[in-house]
Amino acid sequence: MTVSITIDGRTVKVREGATILQASRENDIYIPTLCDDPRLEPYGGCRLCLVQIKGMARPVTACTTPVSEGMIVETTNEEIENLRRTIVELLLSDHPNDCMICEKAGDCTLQELAYFYNLRENRFYGERRQYAESDGNPFIERNMEKCILCGKCVRVCNEVQGVSAIEIAYRGFSAKVCPPFEKDLDCEFCGQCVSVCPTGALMGKLSMGKGRQKDIEKVESVCPYCGCGCNITLHVARNEVIRVSSRPDSLNEGWLCVKGRFGFKFNSSPDRLKHPLIKRNGRFEEASWDEALDYVAQRLGEIKEKHGADAIAGLSSARCTNEENYLFQKFMRAAVGTNNVDHCARY
Amino acid sequence: MQEGNIVVKVCMGTGGIAAGGTAVVSAFREELETAGVSASVEKNCTVHNVGCRGFCARDVLVDVIVDGEKTTYEYIKSDMVSRIVEEHILQGRPVEEWVVKDDYHTFHEKQVKVVLSDCGEVDPEDIESYVNRGGYAALSKVLTTMTPEETIGLIKASGLRGRGGAGFPAGLKWEFARKAVGEPKYLICNADEGDPGAFMDRSIIEGNPHSVIEGMVIGAYAIGASKGYVYIRAEYPLAVERLKIALDQARRKGVLGDDIEGRGFDFDIKIKLGAGAFVCGEETALIASIEGNRGMPRAKPPFPAQKGLWGKPTVINNVETLANVAYIVRNGADWFAQFGTEKSKGTKVFALTGKVKNSGLIEVPLGISLREIIYDIGGGIEGGRELKAVQTGGPSGGCITAGMIDIAVDYESLAKAGSIVGSGGMVVMDETDCMVNIAKYFLEFTQAESCGKCVPCRIGTKRLLEILERITDGRGRPGDVELLEKLSNDVRSASLCGLGQTAPNPVLSTLRYFRDEYEAHIHEKRCPAGVCKNLLTYSILEEFCKGCTMCARVCPAGAIVGEKKKPHKIIEEICVKCGACFETCKFKAIKKG
Repeated sequence: MTVSITIDGRTVKVREGATILQASRENDIYIPTLCDDPRLEPYGGCRLCLVQIKGMARPVTACTTPVSEGMIVETTNEEIENLRRTIVELLLSDHPNDCMICEKAGDCTLQELAYFYNLRENRFYGERRQYAESDGNPFIERNMEKCILCGKCVRVCNEVQGVSAIEIAYRGFSAKVCPPFEKDLDCEFCGQCVSVCPTGALMGKLSMGKGRQKDIEKVESVCPYCGCGCNITLHVARNEVIRVSSRPDSLNEGWLCVKGRFGFKFNSSPDRLKHPLIKRNGRFEEASWDEALDYVAQRLGEIKEKHGADAIAGLSSARCTNEENYLFQKFMRAAVGTNNVDHCARY
Repeated sequence: MQEGNIVVKVCMGTGGIAAGGTAVVSAFREELETAGVSASVEKNCTVHNVGCRGFCARDVLVDVIVDGEKTTYEYIKSDMVSRIVEEHILQGRPVEEWVVKDDYHTFHEKQVKVVLSDCGEVDPEDIESYVNRGGYAALSKVLTTMTPEETIGLIKASGLRGRGGAGFPAGLKWEFARKAVGEPKYLICNADEGDPGAFMDRSIIEGNPHSVIEGMVIGAYAIGASKGYVYIRAEYPLAVERLKIALDQARRKGVLGDDIEGRGFDFDIKIKLGAGAFVCGEETALIASIEGNRGMPRAKPPFPAQKGLWGKPTVINNVETLANVAYIVRNGADWFAQFGTEKSKGTKVFALTGKVKNSGLIEVPLGISLREIIYDIGGGIEGGRELKAVQTGGPSGGCITAGMIDIAVDYESLAKAGSIVGSGGMVVMDETDCMVNIAKYFLEFTQAESCGKCVPCRIGTKRLLEILERITDGRGRPGDVELLEKLSNDVRSASLCGLGQTAPNPVLSTLRYFRDEYEAHIHEKRCPAGVCKNLLTYSILEEFCKGCTMCARVCPAGAIVGEKKKPHKIIEEICVKCGACFETCKFKAIKKG
């Protein structure tokens, strides 16, 4: 079922039940947002997506308002832009504004909006929230002075991850996202919160100071940790992986676990194996793949001949794909001739 | 009450208890018992606790009813009881000097009591006392003779509008929920009364909890709800206690719970205590709070009548709205609609406070003039000073100037004047009140009570408050008035819920009517009302000073110097502007300004 609505003078057909924000995006009409994430429940907190609907007394948020037949929407006009400007200005009046040294610079929605609205001056400078604490965990840097309380971290932790490690505490200007009783973060450290944060309030500790956005080359890859095959984007600076993200349009919708998101240090570890090694005279020596595979085939053949196929067992890994694991058991059963095959997560 | 008996009724609302009501009750019980009064006058003597009757300024109020003749005493303390028992009850001579004066009667004359008609009469902890005055008859009538649709029709016909603030027609709300698809349906009584200075809902629950319960059961029948909640703040311990007792008694009497009055209708009520967040009076935040989440509002639609508590159709009515229901059913829609104006029917309870002589809880027909409330019921301004403004609707409301005193107090007229009826707070201000300071006071409240969810409310109200603070501190800048106006309008337009949308009202309405006061603070660094400390200077008028040294003795900062019997002097750098000298001087020699 579709309904027909008019957005900024254009009549478009959109599916029933869609929000004005969805309808606008599907038709390439830009509406600024800070608290919206299409993967999360609408929130209506940042108020940037205010639009005017003909016949309604006050502006409404596009992210929470469903379309209805014949609706006439204006996504931009002087009044709306003035309100948006005030909102961004209010946010900046309670923000460290230290973009020069902020890790998020170049990838920060708040910075983009300040640029878009050309906010050089601020009419509302006043008290700023100031927090001294630092969190002892190894993965997530929390800088709550930069938090704009869009609530995305709280929602992703609750709605997607099902962990509910953080919530908004206190009231009014003192409202703050924190773990229970303001203790240190003690969660799965999946970093989903980091991935949705529109400002520099939540950052990955492993990436801090490793490179600005302009230095980064993005390389698409697949996470090697398990058979799920999550799509990942490696952020590479000076030939070193400094961060891992994932695109929201990937099969895993941009969600990753702690290993996929933060377990990338092995990549540039000096201990990492880059060639096959064969132990000769009690010492490992570098070898070519041909050499190594020939050696394995030869030894398997010898053992099978001398002790029988059941003297050999194979163990494969959940880090392999289904196809790889299938091949491995096929190899053990058909080529080696034994049923001694197992897997860290079992067949 | 039966003829020939002697009944003593002691006000035991929060005001009465604070004034010593508990001691007065026990003093009466003791005196009546030890004096063997029942035996000597051959009449049954009983002492009852009753709820608030409105005139809190005169507590403890005591009614002594002898053979149906009621005498009301004011300012009663426990040590006065023995004389009342001795002279009035035993000898039949009321203690005239303690009996209420004429102003007690003028306080009540222009009031029309519907919701409060049984408050102060019934014992809130005894269901039978409510039943004896016709209580629960409306429920029986509805269950036995009316369909849910007819019940909704009756409430619609009465014109009852929500008493919590927005004034939405109650019958229409019920109808939406009745028609909404979803099971079970919920009825919630919103007793999260949070406006500073408001005590309407608390007094109703403390004084007559059964009227609220009866209204809820009727409402539940009308919308088809099987479960109800009373969301009440934990800061109202007495109301909670009386509500608990009332719920137990109602269940035992069969007017609540399973198979109510044997008509096959089930409805029970749970109490949910609120933690004192003002925003939880907003219905979607209230629902979130009952569900165990942080009390934060969400966007509407969907409205609670479609998707409310646990995603089910839910009606949320204010205490006073529900307390009206039984009286409407009992007396008919036409009876109710005779009070009030065309669009605002019935009566409204107000908490009349501030610089008015008779402060207290009042119930008036909607449409009454502000003048009648302040001068007839309220007895005028304290100390004979000039009325300056009236603030209605609490932190969401606005100010009405003295010049508009003949305005009708109803939803439409107050809205037109830039204020609201709101939940019923009414603060009277005189010439000694600074309007900038009043706006600051309300902003302090709203910014602290903002839930923090949306940016305009969380940061906008904070910035509004900061601007007001610098104006009252004498640091106001040119352009601040315009900035206040601009930001107020933006916060009003852009905020998510009613809290933020109405928070700038006190600023906007004072700007509208008292802009000159703002200008005086900013440009002349002067507070015309003499309230803002940093803008005050105290000096001694030499021609009036007798050199009595009183001012120098009370000055906590040692800022006043001078020889005995010679004019004194205030050293401005040392003066802390506490005003002690001003209050003390008998010769009006201290000048404030």
